[in-house]
Amino acid sequence: MVAGAQSGAESDAQLVGESDFEAEVEVMSQRQLIWRRFRRHRLAMAATVIVALFYSIVVFSDFLATNDPEDIEAARQYTPPQWLRLFDGFKPDLHVCRLVGSRDEFLRKVYVKDCDQKVDVQIFARGYEYKLFGLTLDRHLFGVNDPEVTAEDAIFLLGTDVQGRDLYSRLMRGTRLSLLIGLTGIFISLIVGTMLGAVSGFYGGFVDNLIQRSIEIVRSIPTIPLYLGLAAAFPADWSVERRFFAITIVVSLFAWTELARVVRGRYLAMRQEDFVTAAIVAGANQRRIIFRHMLPSFYSHIIAASTLNLAFMVISETTLSFLGLGLQPPAISYGTLLFTAQNVQTVALAPWLLIPGIFVVVLVLALNFMGDGIRDAADPYGS
Amino acid sequence: MLAFFIRRIIYAIIAMWAVSVISFVIINLPAGDFVTTYIATQLATGNLILEAEAESLREHYGLNDPVYVQYAKWFTRILRGQLGFSFEFTEPVRIVLERNLLNTLLLGTFTVVFIWVVAIPIGIYSAVKQYSVGDYVATFLGFLGLGIPDFLIGLVALWLILDLTGFLATGLYSVEYRTAAWSFAKMWDLAKHLILPVAILGTAGTAALIRVTRANLLDELKKPYVTTARAKGLTEWQLIMKYPVRYALNPVISLTAYVLPFIISGSVVLSFVLDLPTIGRDFLKALTAQDIYLSGAVILFSGWLTIIGTFVSDLLLAWVDPRIRLEED
Repeated sequence: MVAGAQSGAESDAQLVGESDFEAEVEVMSQRQLIWRRFRRHRLAMAATVIVALFYSIVVFSDFLATNDPEDIEAARQYTPPQWLRLFDGFKPDLHVCRLVGSRDEFLRKVYVKDCDQKVDVQIFARGYEYKLFGLTLDRHLFGVNDPEVTAEDAIFLLGTDVQGRDLYSRLMRGTRLSLLIGLTGIFISLIVGTMLGAVSGFYGGFVDNLIQRSIEIVRSIPTIPLYLGLAAAFPADWSVERRFFAITIVVSLFAWTELARVVRGRYLAMRQEDFVTAAIVAGANQRRIIFRHMLPSFYSHIIAASTLNLAFMVISETTLSFLGLGLQPPAISYGTLLFTAQNVQTVALAPWLLIPGIFVVVLVLALNFMGDGIRDAADPYGS
Repeated sequence: MLAFFIRRIIYAIIAMWAVSVISFVIINLPAGDFVTTYIATQLATGNLILEAEAESLREHYGLNDPVYVQYAKWFTRILRGQLGFSFEFTEPVRIVLERNLLNTLLLGTFTVVFIWVVAIPIGIYSAVKQYSVGDYVATFLGFLGLGIPDFLIGLVALWLILDLTGFLATGLYSVEYRTAAWSFAKMWDLAKHLILPVAILGTAGTAALIRVTRANLLDELKKPYVTTARAKGLTEWQLIMKYPVRYALNPVISLTAYVLPFIISGSVVLSFVLDLPTIGRDFLKALTAQDIYLSGAVILFSGWLTIIGTFVSDLLLAWVDPRIRLEED
């Protein structure tokens, strides 16, 4: 698929006048060339848009939410999703159908959709208060425009969990934490990985050997038992923040080894290149050679490796928290949301509790496609 | 070859030692020693343990010694096959591990066979018929298999089966066979229960192997010797199977590095979701109860199995592919 988009791009290039094209390419910087190749990768571009959307959820999670994610509505447990309806007949009218709750003969809560009773949904509605960029706001992208709304009139777009908390709003909040874990983890592994990789490639010899062998040993430990073992060792009474950082470090344990190998490998390969020799002969100092000449030709590899690692970290966090060994319930992440869907009887009763899983899958796929796209675009010899 | 062999053995031994240190560190990470934890759990169930008894327990497990002495004692005991006592199961660790060893081995072996049988033909097809509809479908399914966490596939599959047939597809044996002696009926029952976990466990591995096989074979197909063979008039089938496929199958050998540890650690999360009686499930129980000897033993053994697997696959690769051993010498 990926290669298909590329060969299409090649024939596009043929259509442009051959000489114009070459003249244009000759003056392009490395970054422009990569961007040019990447843009032609339709799948990778689409994936990038999706990843960008996810990150906008991180920033605007409270603005996008309709209910306070922490709010418990005992009277509204396990309500099914109320899909947002854009039209009433042919008239544009944003609303949801009201759910009327009652008990069946087994005393279970059941909800009947009654579309004659509409609950009006407004754009930029007033809701619970939240902080964004230091401002206290109470406007949300959409909602019922009443901060004191009763449970019967509130909207639960993706249904509720056992405590009657709004899954959609919790999902927005959970996206924030899960992606922040990934980003922090990438940051840690970037620093550790590139430093060790650079040291390893630069000094060579004994230091290189030591670092490489340590990396092999770290990689030889199977991920799942090690992750679980470490996560289980954290005391249960740690605060949410402390646990967050501990889990972040656990999920970035392996990512740095990958980066260190990439950086070292590229560095060693490049040391032999003519352009580096040329720079040395021209009298450039060590720092200039590394940062000006060598780094630009492998930072795209670092970005690609980081993107793929990010996907892996999101999966790791989700799995750990799902098992109850990662983040713990007051914290909201994809993993803790799926934790509520741990047993299949609950899933059969409230299948919408698996919706966070769809988010995980879409995000992970998008990150994979994006990472692959960057890697292909960064390879100057790729066809 | 001998130098290569010796160097690899030395690496493997150092790595095994390092893994033992890491396992020991993980065992000792939880705050307080495990005797204190044990006393707390016993108190909670109404059993009173006298301070003198606690002290004798500490003495027995050497908890009053400095850390390195504790490590040395623990390590020598492991080497002698004494794996310690599981507080969660109130049995020696070795017995807990042995109980579900057979189930774990069966599940792991079938999964690996499944991965090979499914992935290699699809990988070859994808490469030979590059850009065909089948190739796109395989590539897309491959990405999906890599992107979806095991436990999610497990949950969704369980739910769908429960919803459609009312059958709860958990465990490895039906109730009536759980304690029964081995018979054909029991084996048939086991086979029925194995299909779902094997297929789910196999998806990620299958996806990865399809990608590797396809990429390697594509590289090989472009090489001049393939053109030569074609010019000589070999049929397409002979030509592909005889040379490029053989070479592209090197990753299958590398995969053996992951086969051994996978048999234990691959099924941890899925065993929890599908309630499979495997070592993985016991491991998770041990972790949540901070049952250190059991969890430590599982971490240690899966680490060692990885190292042994890597060692074996390195040797096999060097044996099969002369370029690798020449490069190393």
